[in-house]
Amino acid sequence: MKREVIRQAWGKTIPVMAGYLVLGMGFGILMKAKGYGMGLALLMSVFVYAGSLQYAAVSLFSSSANLWMAAMTAFMVNARHLFYGLSMLKRYRGAGWKKLYLMHALSDETYSLVCNGAPSNVTDPHAYYFYVSLFDQLYWVIGTLCGSLLGTIIPFDLAGIEFSMTALFVTVFVEQWISVKEHRPALIGLGVSALCLLLFGKDNFLLAAMVLICIWLCAIRKRLRQKEALK
Amino acid sequence: MIENPLSMIAVMALVTLLLRTLPFILFQKRRPFTLIEDLGAWLPYAMMGMLVVYCLKDLPSVAMTHAFLQIGCVMLVVLLQVWKRNTLFSIVLSTLCYMILLPFC
Repeated sequence: MKREVIRQAWGKTIPVMAGYLVLGMGFGILMKAKGYGMGLALLMSVFVYAGSLQYAAVSLFSSSANLWMAAMTAFMVNARHLFYGLSMLKRYRGAGWKKLYLMHALSDETYSLVCNGAPSNVTDPHAYYFYVSLFDQLYWVIGTLCGSLLGTIIPFDLAGIEFSMTALFVTVFVEQWISVKEHRPALIGLGVSALCLLLFGKDNFLLAAMVLICIWLCAIRKRLRQKEALK
Repeated sequence: MIENPLSMIAVMALVTLLLRTLPFILFQKRRPFTLIEDLGAWLPYAMMGMLVVYCLKDLPSVAMTHAFLQIGCVMLVVLLQVWKRNTLFSIVLSTLCYMILLPFC
């Protein structure tokens, strides 16, 4: 029974594996290149476990940034996680001791896998979510470890493999699109983000996009619910 | 002067953990109001759209050929996914395409 859950979870995380191993490795290599050893890199991949923040942190270390700036950067880069939590309230309810880890390990990719729910033949969805989260973080940590060990020597050319992440998000987007008749939230997400990207630039658009998306969804939520009820 | 990386890591880990746990802490006992529940129901769809844009955030600043390659491969993912509904298949094939064509951009 338990093995079946682990097998299912592992299968679902395979698409994340390639991306996380490579990006984790990239992070390990970057840390090494800036003179920070394996210990610090692993510490971050285990306890911070947030890709874009970890990359941003490397440049913070080597600048004259203070703790306040570190906190602000973490908040700005990771504010979206507030919203991931909101949409997992019901799914993670009653997960017991696993919940602490589930909350900590809710990265972008893990979120994209768990927000579609557990496969219908899984009897213990919390165990399934737990293993999905665990496998994803393991890939990230193993990637970091390899990066720190390898330093700047990479045996083969992996340029472009980061596209697997983009592809993962697009497939989830398509699956969600097919599963509901109400497409306005998806379109609002795409449209508002694209507009904010053009207006505010790639380093600053996320927070603005999130706030606008939330306001818009709140404004039309009554109509959204009616349409869903019709279905 | 440069801060100790260890204390910076601790601060960043704490802020990130707080962001990830806050929704669960706030709404552990009481049921969230309908506004929050509605947001929770519809946000995943909007967030996935946002993440797709986030992955393509370099589009406006990269070379034209590179931008076309990215858009082309994203369209390939959509087509493959609609056609076969097999996530792994769509991801592997489109990523291979991207990696093979990238050196020519």
